[in-house]
Amino acid sequence: MSNIIQDKRAEYRAMFRSNVKHRLLVDKIMMVAIFVCVVTAITPLLWILGTLFYGGAEALSWEFLTKEPGAVGGGIPPAIGPAIQGTLIIIGLSSIIGIPIGVLSGIYLAEFGGSWFSKQIRFFTDVFMEFPSIVLGVFAFLTIVLILGHFSVWAGAFALSLIMFPIVARATEEALKMVPWNIREAGTALGLRKWIVTLRIVLPAAKNGIITGILLSVSRVGGETAPLIMTILGSSQFFSGFDSPMDALPLRIWRFSLQPYDEARLAGWGAALVLVITILAIHIGVRYWFMRRKKSTDMSSRLRKVGI
Amino acid sequence: MLKREFGKSRGRGPLSDKIFKIAATIAGAYVLVVVLLMAVQLGWESGPIWHEEGLGFIWGTDWNAVEGRESYGAFPYIIGTLVTAAIAMVIGVPLSIGIAMFVLTAPKRVGEPLGYLVELIAAVPSVVFGLWGLFVFRIYFKDLIEQPLHDAFGDSIFLFSGTPFGLDVLSASIILAIMIIPTISAVSRDVMLAVPQQQKEAAYMLGSTTWEMFRLAVFPYSKAGLIGASILGLGRAVGETMAVTMMIGNTTGLAAIPESLFDPSQTMPSIIANEFIEASPVSLHVPALLGVALVLLLVSMAINVVAHFLVIRMLKIKEGAINN
Repeated sequence: MSNIIQDKRAEYRAMFRSNVKHRLLVDKIMMVAIFVCVVTAITPLLWILGTLFYGGAEALSWEFLTKEPGAVGGGIPPAIGPAIQGTLIIIGLSSIIGIPIGVLSGIYLAEFGGSWFSKQIRFFTDVFMEFPSIVLGVFAFLTIVLILGHFSVWAGAFALSLIMFPIVARATEEALKMVPWNIREAGTALGLRKWIVTLRIVLPAAKNGIITGILLSVSRVGGETAPLIMTILGSSQFFSGFDSPMDALPLRIWRFSLQPYDEARLAGWGAALVLVITILAIHIGVRYWFMRRKKSTDMSSRLRKVGI
Repeated sequence: MLKREFGKSRGRGPLSDKIFKIAATIAGAYVLVVVLLMAVQLGWESGPIWHEEGLGFIWGTDWNAVEGRESYGAFPYIIGTLVTAAIAMVIGVPLSIGIAMFVLTAPKRVGEPLGYLVELIAAVPSVVFGLWGLFVFRIYFKDLIEQPLHDAFGDSIFLFSGTPFGLDVLSASIILAIMIIPTISAVSRDVMLAVPQQQKEAAYMLGSTTWEMFRLAVFPYSKAGLIGASILGLGRAVGETMAVTMMIGNTTGLAAIPESLFDPSQTMPSIIANEFIEASPVSLHVPALLGVALVLLLVSMAINVVAHFLVIRMLKIKEGAINN
C-alpha cells in the first residue's frame, strides 16, 4: 500500500519536474541576465572613477588648483585656478537668478495650483526640464550676447539658470505638497495672512525637500558644458568682470581634450577628478543628509517621479 | 472644503496676499514666456536660412561655409542624431529595464545600493564621459570589438564595412546608451512599482516564477509607462551634446551620413557645439546653425511631450489606486 503511494508520489514528482524544469531554467537565466544588466551599467561608472583617480591624482597639487594655466609644454599640467573660480562664480550667479524663480514658481504650482493655467505651467516646466542644454545656450547667446555685443558671465549665468529653475520649481512643489494641510489651516486660524503662512510656516516645513532640489540642480549645472561654449566662451585668466569671458571647469576639460599634449590630457584628468568628486559628494551628501530623515523615501521617490 | 477655500481667496483678502499671488503667478508663467520667446527667437534669427534654402534645408546635404559658395542642409545631422539615438536605445532600453527588474526583485540590501550606483551615472557630467570615451574607452573598444567585427564581417555585412577608428557612430552610441540608462531605469522602476500588488500576487498564486510574474502581470500592465520611459531616454539621447561631440568624429556635409557603424558622423547638438563660435556672424552660417537648433528643439519637444503623457498616465493610475 505504502509502496503504491510512494510510486505515485515519485511519478507526480517526475511529472512536476519535467513540467517545471524548463520554466525554472528560463527563470534562472532571466535572473542572471538582469544581474548582468546591472553589472554592465555599473562597470563604466567604476571604470571612469578608476581612471579619474588613477590618471588625475597625479595632476593634483596646490599650484594646479590655484594658478592660471600658462603655456603648454612646460612639462607640468596647465593649472585650473580660473576654471574653478569661474565655476563657483557662475553657479553662484545662476543660483541667484534661478532659485528665487524656481521656488516662487514651485509655490505657485503647489499653493495656487489646480487651475487649467497651472496645469499648463506644470506641463511646460516638465518638458522644459528636458530641453537640450545646448539650445538653452543658443537662446542665451541670442538674448544676451548678441544684444550686449560681447560674451559675458551674465549670459552663461542666464543659460544655467534656465536649467536650474525648472528643477527647483518641481522639487519645491513636491516638497510643499508633502506639508500637511492642517498646518496651513492652523496658520490661517491664527489670523495670519496667506503669504505669511506660506513663507514662514509652509516653506520652513518643506525646507529639506527644497534644499535637496537646489543642491541637485547645482550639481547638474556644475557639470554643464554645452551652454557655456557660446556664452562665457572660456578664458585662461582669472575673473575680470561680469561683462567679459570667463572660464569654467567643464569648459576647461573640453578644451584640454582638444589639445594634443600629454600635459593637457593629464590636466584634463585632474580637472575631471575635481569636478566629479565635487558633484558626487553633493549627490551622496544630499542622499545621506536630507533624505535619510523621516519621509526620506517619500521625497526621493517624488523627486525621481518628476525626473530630477 | 476648507482646503479648497484656502487656495482661492480671489477678490477678497488683503492686498499683500494679492501681491504674493501675482508674484507667484509671474514666476510660474516665466517658463511659458521663456519657451515662447525661445521658439520665436530661434525662428526669427534663423529666418535667413529658411528664406535662402526653403524647406530644402531639412533634406539638403551640403554644408559649405566658404563665402560665395554657401550652401547648407541639415539632413546629415538629423540622420546622425536619429541613428546614434536609435542605437543607444537598442542597447540602453533592455539594459535599463533589466536593471529596474533587478532592483525590484533583488533583496533590498543588494538592490538598493546597486540601483543607487546606477542612478549616480546620471551625476557624472557629460564632458567627463566624453573625456573617458576619447582617451580610454575608444582605444579598448577599437582593438577588442570593432577590429574583430570588421575583420570577420567587414566584407559581408555593410554595417561593419567602415575602417574602425574609434571615433564613430557605434562608439558614440554606446557612450550615449550608458548616459541614458539611469533615466530609463529610474522611470521604469517607478512605472513597474505602480503595478498593483494584487496583480503580482495573483500571478505568483498561479504558480509563476519571478520572470513569468513579470511577463504576465508587470509588463502588460506597465507597457505604456515603459515605452514612455524609453522615449524619455530618447529625448535625453537626442539632446546630449558634449560626450557625442567628443566621440562621433565630427564630419560635415554628405560625409556625415554614416554608411556603416564605423563611420564618423555628426549630430545636431554636436555641429552646434563645434561650429557656433567659429561661425562668421555676417554669413549664413549662424542662421544655418540656428536652423539646426530650431529643428533640434522641435524634435526634442515632440519626443518629450509624447513621453510625458505616457509616463504621467501610468503614474496617475498608481495614485488613483492608492487613494481609493
